[in-house]
Amino acid sequence: MNWMDFFWQTLWPIIIILAQSVLLLVALLIFIAYILLADRKIWAAVQMRRGPNVVGPFGLLQSFADLLKFVLKEPIIPAGANKGVFLLAPLVTCVLALAAWAVIPVHPGWSIAEINVGILYIFAISSLMVYGVIMAGWASNSKYPFLAALRSAAQMVSYEVSIGFVIITVLMCAGSLNLTKIVEAQNGPWGMFQWYWLPLLPMFVIFYVSALAETNRPPFDLVEAESELVAGFMVEYSSTPYLLFMLGEYVAIVTMCAMGTILFLGGWLPPFDVAPFNWLPGIVWFVIKVCFMFFLFAMAKAIVPRYRYDQLMRLGWKVFLPLSLAMVVVVAAVLHFTGWAPK
Amino acid sequence: MTVPAFFFYLFSSVAVASAFMVIAGRNPVHSVLWLILTFVNAAGLFLLIGAEFLAMILVVVYVGAVAVLFLFVVMMLDVDFAELREGFLQYLPVGALVGLVFLVELVLVVGSWVTSPGITNAITAPIPNPAQVTNTEAIGRVLYTTYVHYFQLAGAILLVAMIGAIVLTLHHRPNVKRQSVASQNARTRDTAIEVVKVKPGEGL
Repeated sequence: MNWMDFFWQTLWPIIIILAQSVLLLVALLIFIAYILLADRKIWAAVQMRRGPNVVGPFGLLQSFADLLKFVLKEPIIPAGANKGVFLLAPLVTCVLALAAWAVIPVHPGWSIAEINVGILYIFAISSLMVYGVIMAGWASNSKYPFLAALRSAAQMVSYEVSIGFVIITVLMCAGSLNLTKIVEAQNGPWGMFQWYWLPLLPMFVIFYVSALAETNRPPFDLVEAESELVAGFMVEYSSTPYLLFMLGEYVAIVTMCAMGTILFLGGWLPPFDVAPFNWLPGIVWFVIKVCFMFFLFAMAKAIVPRYRYDQLMRLGWKVFLPLSLAMVVVVAAVLHFTGWAPK
Repeated sequence: MTVPAFFFYLFSSVAVASAFMVIAGRNPVHSVLWLILTFVNAAGLFLLIGAEFLAMILVVVYVGAVAVLFLFVVMMLDVDFAELREGFLQYLPVGALVGLVFLVELVLVVGSWVTSPGITNAITAPIPNPAQVTNTEAIGRVLYTTYVHYFQLAGAILLVAMIGAIVLTLHHRPNVKRQSVASQNARTRDTAIEVVKVKPGEGL
């Protein structure tokens, strides 16, 4: 094999994948910067405040100022901390959160890896997110972070179960684990009323609430409840490691929004396949839907008070688990007896 | 060297190295973390041979749930390292004996390893054809048709184990105050509020 063949057959695909990954990463991080700002602005608007409005016009550059501030501060590692694990934890959180985006199709054919088990991959990655929190809590060698780690392990494992059942119902309707095929299965003459949010409305609600719990968003942010645990597992973190945690958390939230968009809101499909709607390219619709999902997340943060921990567990195990399990049976029965099941 | 071969050697060498670190590590929490790395690399090896469903399930079940509980328990152990080292010489003969027996068994098994004569056919032309059926679908078909009874039996055994664990650990202590959501929701205005006419200057 000569050098040119080696270049075109082995190196060139790797270069393409690297370039795609960098492009996605940059686009995603800029999106996250504005999602963060939107989160604070929506929160402020609900409380009749102005929110960040000083850095740049309307505070548009606030996130970048925050980034500089975090990066330029001194990282402090506590003397009693387990240094390796302490620094590994934020990296794990951030890298895992970003890794989930490898399979998400934002436009027909626009995903870095088009794999057959895309939804399982995202589910697997999101089930690993708990490690960042546990490792941070243990390695800090301090009481509040440790309590937060114990809480988060129980909470994230509990709500994963109901998210799993929600995914199963959608998979039964779509007949594939491939994210592109799940979106295409929602395409039809009824437009947005054929997306799974309407036929599977209870599952959409369960998914939304479980996603809040899975990403430790209010009202389920008991992992970092400031009135009880100061800042939970992040107490001992400062500067760049803290930034990585925050980044990982927001990327995970946007991933959950994207997952909701793909599973229930028809991904890149326009609401109706008629003139004014299908002029916009698919990625615009995808971003609009992700923003809508995030708006729901932000409103929940602004409006709903924090849950008590035993009530959180009760909701997960005694309400959502039986409900989603029953819905799996009901949906399977309907699909079977009406003959709507995908071939 | 092609890309899959590179990843095969990467995953397998990291898996073996981290498996060694599981037993070599001093700190049990570090051991569990190395164990998790081993699981992830095993999932990578599954991916390389095209068993994508098994790879993802390995990550979801072992790394995402089992290892979390493992780590959870190990983190709460209060390990006294001095005490651990104290018993080392005392337990060494027993440990060495068990290790030796295990090694001999492994050598015997590997030594008598015979490749099935039809294996080349099975590898080169597997049923069903992977070009037409994804392996998720293939596993589903086999699991829910040929092996459906074994599958349900496994489920029943897990259910029994789960109920057993709950029965063993559930204690209803009588003196603990608990929230009863049903009785809270059953309260009405009539049962919760008592209207008392108070005369001025007298109190209740």
